Amino acid sequence: MRPRALVNRAKARGLDMIAICDHNSAENTAAFISAGDAGGLKVLPGMEVTSKEEIHLIALFDAQENCAALQNLIYQNLPGENVEEVFGPQTVVNEKDETVGVNRRMLIGATLLPFEEIVSVIHSLEGVAIASHIDRQAFSLVGQLGFIPEGIPLDGLEISPRTSKQEAKNRFHSYQHYSFVWFSDAHCLEDIGKSTTPFLLKETTSKEVKMALHGEEGRRVMEA
Amino acid sequence: MTVSDIVKSFGLKIRAGKNRLDEEVRGGYTGDLLSDVLAHSRKGSIWVTIQTHPNIVAVATMKELAGIILTGGREPDSETLRKAEEEGMPILVSSLLAFELTGKLYQMGISGMG
Repeated sequence: MRPRALVNRAKARGLDMIAICDHNSAENTAAFISAGDAGGLKVLPGMEVTSKEEIHLIALFDAQENCAALQNLIYQNLPGENVEEVFGPQTVVNEKDETVGVNRRMLIGATLLPFEEIVSVIHSLEGVAIASHIDRQAFSLVGQLGFIPEGIPLDGLEISPRTSKQEAKNRFHSYQHYSFVWFSDAHCLEDIGKSTTPFLLKETTSKEVKMALHGEEGRRVMEA
Repeated sequence: MTVSDIVKSFGLKIRAGKNRLDEEVRGGYTGDLLSDVLAHSRKGSIWVTIQTHPNIVAVATMKELAGIILTGGREPDSETLRKAEEEGMPILVSSLLAFELTGKLYQMGISGMG
């Protein structure tokens, strides 16, 4: 997706804040943040990391440097090269929607990092750690482990657009001490805004999102 | 031994790739972590797994595996089927669970050593 088209689409869908969460990489975040600044949309730098257990985790940050630090760790622990014939080219773009490079790493692959370590690193970098699409069978914390181990300091659990709020409450009633969130996980323009979560925040930052996920100081995840 | 021989021996259901069942099976791999299969499986091996999502076709194609057997009666996702037909990758279904299926394949002479 190209930055300006994405920002326009997100605004048209009424979104106040989005996060760019490419798999195992954040090289595109700066371009989208620039486009967001120009277009009046808050864009957070982020990443969707694949743990050793093939669990997907969303990381959200405020500072691009912190996101870049996570990317460095991921790159040091991500084996393999992309196979373009199978997965397509992994393009890096600039804020003018131009392709400026190609990422040769196997971004669709799994890192060598256990998921608890990834959560810990995200927190040490002041980020927000959310388990991706736990309702799905593939690449989800619940799908891979069968359960959520005690005491994992996740900030939230993401439910995919496929599962309604009521179904999620029923299926995951034993995990309701975590906040549930719904995101579009858009891989194309049409999917942007497909699923959203209303937050009550003082300002649009990931720090505020984390407070809302923990119900701190009046910030919260709102009922849709 | 060909994929077709295995289909017949185990009464496997054919869900995709029926035009490529005459290929020789050179070995076997049992595993459900795609990263593990990518790292260790060998060309021409038959892959035993519980994963039904479309990425299994990409992995099997990349590693030039002979085919995929889903265990426990699991059925491939519709998108998985579509991709498998596109790639001509055999997807077969067994009612047996992985341990038993793997053991029986091994007894038939299919080695993990490739």
